[in-house]
Amino acid sequence: MAESGMNFDIPIGDWVETGVDWIQNNLTPLLDAIADGLDLIISAFEDLLLFFPPLLLAALIVLLATWRVGWRFGLFAVGAMVLLFGMGIWEETVVTLALVIASSLVALAIGIPIGIAMARNDKVEMIARPILDLMQTMPPFVYLIPAAIFFGLGKVPGAIATLIFAMPPAVRLTNLGIRQVSTEHVEAGKAFGCTSSQLLFKVQLPLAMPSIMAGINQTIMLALSMVVIASMIGAGGLGNTVLTGIQRLNVGLGFEGGLGVVLLAILLDRITQSYGHIRTRSGPGLVERLRSWAGRNPDTQTLRSPN
Amino acid sequence: MSDTPDKLVIEDLYKIFGPAPDEAMTLLDQGLDKTEIFRRTRTTVGVQKANFSIREGEVFVVMGLSGSGKSTLVRMINRLIEPTRGRIFLDGVDITAMSKDELIAMRRHQMSMVFQSFALLPHKTVAENAAFGLDVAGVDGQQQREQAITALATVGLEPYADSYPDELSGGMRQRVGLARALATEAPILLMDEAFSALDPLIRTEMQDELVSLQDKKPHTIVFISHDLDEAIRIGDRIAIMEGGSVVQIGTPEEIVTCPANDYVRSFFYGVDVSKVFNAGDIASNRALIVFERTGVNVRAALAQLQDRGRALGVVTDRENRYRGMVSVNTLAAAAKGDGAHWDQAFIPDVEPAPAQMDLSEVLSRVATTEYPIPVVDDQGKYRGIIDKTILLQTLDKTT
Repeated sequence: MAESGMNFDIPIGDWVETGVDWIQNNLTPLLDAIADGLDLIISAFEDLLLFFPPLLLAALIVLLATWRVGWRFGLFAVGAMVLLFGMGIWEETVVTLALVIASSLVALAIGIPIGIAMARNDKVEMIARPILDLMQTMPPFVYLIPAAIFFGLGKVPGAIATLIFAMPPAVRLTNLGIRQVSTEHVEAGKAFGCTSSQLLFKVQLPLAMPSIMAGINQTIMLALSMVVIASMIGAGGLGNTVLTGIQRLNVGLGFEGGLGVVLLAILLDRITQSYGHIRTRSGPGLVERLRSWAGRNPDTQTLRSPN
Repeated sequence: MSDTPDKLVIEDLYKIFGPAPDEAMTLLDQGLDKTEIFRRTRTTVGVQKANFSIREGEVFVVMGLSGSGKSTLVRMINRLIEPTRGRIFLDGVDITAMSKDELIAMRRHQMSMVFQSFALLPHKTVAENAAFGLDVAGVDGQQQREQAITALATVGLEPYADSYPDELSGGMRQRVGLARALATEAPILLMDEAFSALDPLIRTEMQDELVSLQDKKPHTIVFISHDLDEAIRIGDRIAIMEGGSVVQIGTPEEIVTCPANDYVRSFFYGVDVSKVFNAGDIASNRALIVFERTGVNVRAALAQLQDRGRALGVVTDRENRYRGMVSVNTLAAAAKGDGAHWDQAFIPDVEPAPAQMDLSEVLSRVATTEYPIPVVDDQGKYRGIIDKTILLQTLDKTT
C-alpha cells in the first residue's frame, strides 16, 4: 500500500487475503476435485495430440485449414508446420495447443450456459455484467497468484487462470446473440407452441450462432494469450520458451517462442472463424469446394445467409 | 355467413402497457382518454374495450393505422401478449384462463400465425420450416415431411422443398410462412400484416391466393392490415381500430357506405369504389314493377304500367328467374298482336348482368345503354336493376 498522506485505509487487500486463506483452509477437498478434473481433461488432450506422430498431426492441421478456410490458407498452414518443426518447438506447440483446447472447452462449458441464463433473465444479467467487467479489466497476471496458491504450480493452475481470463467473451456474446434474435422469430416460435426449452434450442440458439461462434473464437484467442502468461506458474509449452528467452536475455529463443505463438494464433483464429457464419447448409463440403475451385460450380461461394 | 357459429368471442378486452396498469384501468373506467392517461401515469393503453366475435370460416380483417392497437389485439388472441382484462373464447373455452400447457397445446393445434417479416429459420430448409409447428408438437419425422410437402403444394412451392429461405424471393418466403401455418392444420390463422412487406403486384397475387384457398378449405382468419384495398379484397368483415378502440365492425360495403366517423372515412381516400361494390350490391329491386309471367298477361301488365305512370317493367318466371324487360311501348305493340305473347313484348338487346360483375364494368354498360341493367344471381334469379340514378348515388355516397 502506498502512503496516501491520509489516515484512511480500506484494507481490501487484507480482506482478499483472508478470503483466500479461508478457502484454502476449508475448501481443500473441492479444490482437489477441481484440480483432478482439470488435470484429467488437459492430460487427455495432451495425450491425444502427442499420440499422433508429429507428421500426421501436422498433415491433419493442414487438411483442416484447407477444408475450412481455403487452399491459400492451406499453403500457409504448410509453411507454419515447417517453421514449427524447423525451430524445434513442435512439442511445446502441442502442449500449448492442448492447454488452450482444454481450458477453452471448460471456459465454454461454463460460459455459454451463463450467457444463456443472462439472456433469459434480466436479474442474472444485472449480476453477471459487473463481474464480467471485473474479469476482463483485471490485469491477467493477477489471476496467477490465487491460482498458484490454491493449486500450486503447473498446468492446472495455468488452466484455471486461463479459463477465468478467457471466459467473458463467450458469456457476453452468447447473451448478446440470444438477445438480438428478432422479436418476430421469438414470437413465431411461441405462436407455434414451443416450450421454453424448444424456443431456446430450435429458435434462439441457432439464430444466435454467428454471435456465439464469434465469442468462442474470442475465448480461444484469449486462452492462447493467457496460456503464454501462465507459463510463469509453470504451465509449460511455448510460453516456457518465451520465458526462458526473457530470463536468459536470449533474443533468438524468445523470438522463436513468440513466432510459434503467432503461428498458432493465426491457425486457431482462421479455423474457428470459419465456423462463424451461418451457412445455408452445414457448410459446403470438401467435394463441393473442390468443384468450385475447378470453376464448375461457382455458386457455392455465394451460399451465405444475408445476416 | 350470419348463421355460422362464432369461433372466437372477444369480451371486454383491454391491454395496458407500462408501469401502472391498475391505475390506468381506473382512469379508463372514469372515461379519460388515452393521451390523458399517458400524461398522468406514463402508461399506454394498447387496446381498450374490444368486444366482437369472429365467425367460423370467415376472414376477419382488423384494420387501423400503426399504433392503433391492431397487432396487440391479434397477439392477445394467442396470448403472445397477456390481456390486462377481459376474456377470449375459442369454441366456448376461455383462452385467458388456460394453463401454460393448455396454452401450448392450443397454439400447436388450434391456431397458427403468419408474420410480416416471415420469421423463417435461415438454417432450415423450406420443408423443415414448413414443418416447424409439427416438429415442435412432436409429430414424427416422416409425417412431418409429408404434411409439410402437402402444405407447400397448396401454396405452389413443392419444388422448392429442399431450398433454403435465402434462395427464395420475398413472395415465395411468405408462401413458406403461410405453408408453415397451414401445415399444422389449425383451424384458425392469425395473419399479422402478412402481405405488407411484399411489393404491390406480389401482394395482390397473395391476396387472391388466400381468397381461393379460403374457397377450397376455409379457415377462420384474423388478418391484420393497414391497407383498405387489401381489407376489401379479402375481408368478409372488417373491424376498424383507432387509438386502441374498435370504432366500427361491418362488411366492406357497410364500412364504405356508412363510415362511423371521419377516421374511418379517411381510409377511403384513394380507394377505388368500383372495386368495393359489385353489381349485386347496388341493384335495386324496387325501382321497377315486376311481373310474374304466369300470373299476369301482357294486357294487364300494360294497364298496370300505365296506371302507375311507369315506362318500364321486369318480367320473371315462377322461380323469380329473369325473363326480360318490357316497356309501355313494347307491351302495347305486343298487345296488338293475336296471341299477345310475352316474348314479343321484351325489349331487345337488354342483357342481364351477373351480380358479381365489378362496378367498373357496370359503369361502362350503363353509360352506353338507354335502359337500366337488370342484375341476376348465379342461378339466373332477378336481383334488381341498376340505372344511372342508382349508380350516381352510390358513387356520390362514397366520395
